[in-house]
Formats: sequence, C-alpha cells, structure tokens
Amino acid sequence: MSALRNLMSLLSGDAQADRAVPPTGHTARLTVFTSAAMAFLAVFALALSLAAGRLAERWGEELARTSTVRISAPAGQVAAQTEAVLRVLRTTPGIAEARALTEDEQRALLSPWFGPDLPLDTLPVPQLVEIVEDGRGYDSDGLRLRLSAEAPGAVLDDHTRWREPLVRAADRLRLLGTVSILLIGAAMASMITLAANAALAANSQVINVLRLVGARDAYIARAFVRRFTLRALTGAAAGTVAGMAAVALLPRAAETGDFLTGLGFQGAHWLWPVLIPPLAALVALLATRLAALRMLRTFT
Amino acid sequence: MIQFEDVAYSYGYGGRELLAGVSLSLPAGSFQFLTGPSGAGKTTFLKLCYGELTASAGRISLFGQDPREMSRDDIANIRRRIGVVHQDCQFLDHLPLIENVALPLTAAGRDVAAEAENLDELLSWVGLSAQRASLPPQLSGGERQRAALARAVIMSPDTILADEPTGNIDWDMSLRLLQLLVELNRMGKTILIATHDLNLIRAAKAQVAARVLRISNRQVQVGSDL
Ligand SMILES: Nc1ncnc2c1ncn2[C@@H]1O[C@H](COP(=O)(O)OP(=O)(O)O)[C@@H](O)[C@H]1O
Ligand SMILES: [Mg+2]
Repeated sequence: MSALRNLMSLLSGDAQADRAVPPTGHTARLTVFTSAAMAFLAVFALALSLAAGRLAERWGEELARTSTVRISAPAGQVAAQTEAVLRVLRTTPGIAEARALTEDEQRALLSPWFGPDLPLDTLPVPQLVEIVEDGRGYDSDGLRLRLSAEAPGAVLDDHTRWREPLVRAADRLRLLGTVSILLIGAAMASMITLAANAALAANSQVINVLRLVGARDAYIARAFVRRFTLRALTGAAAGTVAGMAAVALLPRAAETGDFLTGLGFQGAHWLWPVLIPPLAALVALLATRLAALRMLRTFT
Repeated sequence: MIQFEDVAYSYGYGGRELLAGVSLSLPAGSFQFLTGPSGAGKTTFLKLCYGELTASAGRISLFGQDPREMSRDDIANIRRRIGVVHQDCQFLDHLPLIENVALPLTAAGRDVAAEAENLDELLSWVGLSAQRASLPPQLSGGERQRAALARAVIMSPDTILADEPTGNIDWDMSLRLLQLLVELNRMGKTILIATHDLNLIRAAKAQVAARVLRISNRQVQVGSDL
C-alpha cells in the first residue's frame, strides 16, 4: 500500500522540482510512442495467451468426458453388434450415458465433408455410439478388451490420441503468449533505460548543479522517474485502448464451431488488458529509477 | 567547523600532488582569505571543504564528519549547511534568477511560496530585485556574482565559501560584494574567500580581522599579512 502511495505522490508531482530539469521533447515523444506500441503488442500477446488457455481447457476437460465407439461390420451384423456394445457400455462403471447416433445425426456429422444428400444406407458408414463419462472416468483398456470379445467390429475412440497433442499445442501457445508478454516488458524496460540514460546525459549540468546545492539522489531521480513513468502510462494507455479495439473488431469465429473460440477476450478477461498501462508505468518507474541512481553515483 | 588534518590531495592516478600535509581549521565565525597563484589549488581546496572532492590522504572533518565515511544523502545535507559561491556560479540557465536563487530550497523539498518574503528580502539585500525574472545569461558579471551569493545564503548556512567572487567584475562592484560578505560575517557566519586579488584582502582588513591562508609549495600557510 505504501508503494501505491509513493506512486501517487510521485505522479502528483512537485512543480518546482520539475522545472529544474528542462523538458526533452524528443525523448519524451519516443518514450510515449514506444510504450504505446509495446502495449498494443502486449494486448495481442495477452489475447493469444488467454485464448490458448481457453482452448486447452476445453480440449482438456470437455473432450475428456466424451468418447465414441465406432462399429464397422457387414451390413447384417451392425444392429446386433450395436446392441452388444450398448449392453457392455451400460454395465461399465464410470460411464454415465451411452447412445447410438441416429441416421440423421450421422448424416449431419458427415455433411460438411460429403454434402447433405449422402445416401447413408448404401454406404458402409460405421455406426457411432456416443459415450458420456461420469466424474470418475472409466478404464479404457478394460473396456477395449470387453468390446473386442462382445463385438469384434467395435473400436473405442476415447479421443486421447488426437486430443493430447492439441492440448499440448494449446499449452505451448499459451506459454508463447506469456513469454511474449515478458519479452515485451523487457524490451520496454530496455528502451526506457536507453531513453532515460539519454535524458540524464543531456541534463548532466543540471544534475551537477542540483547536487551542489544539496539535492539528494532520490530527489533528482524523482524528477526523471516521474516524467518517464507518466509518459509510459499515457503511451501504454493509448496503445492498450487501440489494441483492445483491434481485438474487439476481430471477425467472430462462431461459425467454425466449438473448438476455435477466436482470439478475442471473453467476459472477465476484458479486465486483463486494463492491467497493461499500470504495469508499463511500473516498468518505466523501475527502469528509470535504476538508470538515474546508477548515473547519479558518477556525481559527487 | 571545517578541519584539515595532514591532508594531501592529487587529481586522479598519478596526478601532480596539489596539497600535502595540510593541517588547519576554519573556526566558527572567522573571516579568512585563501590566496595563491593561479593553479595553486584554491578551487581544489574549496571543493575539499564541501565534499565535492575527498582527501587523498589525511582527514578532513566537516562539522565533525569525514566525507569519505558519509552517505551521499549526508553529503547533500552538509551542503545545505555550507553556502558556496562557485567560480563559474553554476546557475541553471533556463530558470529565472529568482528560481536559481531559490534552488537550494527547492532541492531540500521546502515550499518556496512560503519563503517568498525571505526571497524578496534577500534579492533586495544583494540589489537584484529588478532582475528577479531575468535569465542568468542576461545578467552582468557583478549581478551573477551577487545572485550566486544570494543563493549561497538562502539556506542560512553556518559557513560561506566564495571562489574568486570578484573574478571578473569591476572594483566598485567588488567592494560592494565584499561588503555583503563582511555583513554576513558580522551575523556570525564563517567566511572563506578564495582570491588572488590582494587589493580585496587589504580592503577587507580595514573592516574585519581577516586571516590569510596562502597556498604555496603544496602547503597552506596561515598568517595575517599578505
Ligand atoms: N578535475 C581536474 N582534474 C585534473 N586536474 C585538475 C582538475 N581540476 C583542476 N586541476 C588542476 O589542478 C591544479 C589546481 O587547480 P585549481 O584548484 O583550480 O587552482 P586555482 O583555483 O588555485 O587556480 C591546476 O593545475 C589544474 O589544472
Ligand atoms: Mg580557481
């Protein structure tokens, strides 16, 4: 809390102290621009990270609870094997519900690939049985053994095979988003350090005079820290607003179904980018303070 | 009180030794001149007196503390107790005279508005009320020196160091500046003036009991004659 109070008193400023250090228009504009650009990028990295997190969660949780049994058998045996499969499933602990898909449902599943007029009855399309697990989950190896005994044409597809790489990819994407945010923060700290060093060097005469008349290091540093913090805050605020607007205007991804949820923020996630400007200000504050105190040690 | 004990000083690595074995003190309330040929080390001596430089050997005590053992904040605090008229004045050229004079207050975090009356009084004492809004480059040499003196005393320091305060101003103005320093001494301030101007020392001796510190051959000789 006291850090926050310090920040507030820093930003409210000391007009007299501020006048002692003449403004440097060029570095000021560059700092504002850099902060804005970095905040804009950070919004996207954040959106990427959050969206990847959502994907991983969905693929991880929702898909884990559904699986499918595929029955491929000569036309005459399909019905009998389906019956057998359903019997096995109903007596398997951990399975809440098992249901054979109707012809219409199967047609709906296949129509994106083959069109709506698919003659299902004349094609050797496998019969699908949908399984919904209860909370405990079932033993898939045991189930496979029992299925092969009762219905030789039944294949259990519990989605792990293709779900796991997807979840891994989504997790990796989320990690990349987080690393990007950290890199953006580090790049911003570096650029602000360079700008602060330039401003400090340009004002070495002023710093020398201030030291000679009895100013403490913290006092001199504050004049620079305040400026760079304010510039980073304004720049980052503008960049964040622009980034959020750009994300809000991204085309909706609803038509691609459940899996692709789009890059946008959802619900409370819209609050995350609001943290970017204060964080940028904090980065600027620390970078400038460090640069100033290091530089001030070269003055007596 | 400022005390030197067996102090030596040389600039940088292998620099010529400017001072060696210097022991002396500036008693509170005293009035002294520091003299010697150009390049003898007068400015260097003053810098040792307010902690801009620290002794290469020996010990300097500023109000009982050795600057080498002081934190940077403590050095800043000491400088509020020692008013310095620098050889080149050290103004901030983008600030008007009044703000330059008030700079030590600002740097100490004091509210300048609350001290406006003191500031006005001080400016009229050095005769610069009319120039309060001028920028330092617009001032004459004498005006700059008087403004520098005003800045040196704004914090009511115990000790005032002046480095060639009459360096490039005419004789009348020099006497006027000397007058201000004598007045300050009568108010109890310790005064140390570095100058190579012997006439100034003579003029001062007519008014105060001034000691003369002469730098010669790396030593500082204390006496009362020129
Ligand atoms: N920062 C410095 N680095 C190295 N030598 C210096 C420095 N400042 C002054 N000197 C040298 O020290 C000597 C004394 O300088 P100074 O104290 O300014 O003498 P004065 O004020 O008596 O004219 C001169 O020879 C000068 O060239
Ligand atoms: Mg000199």
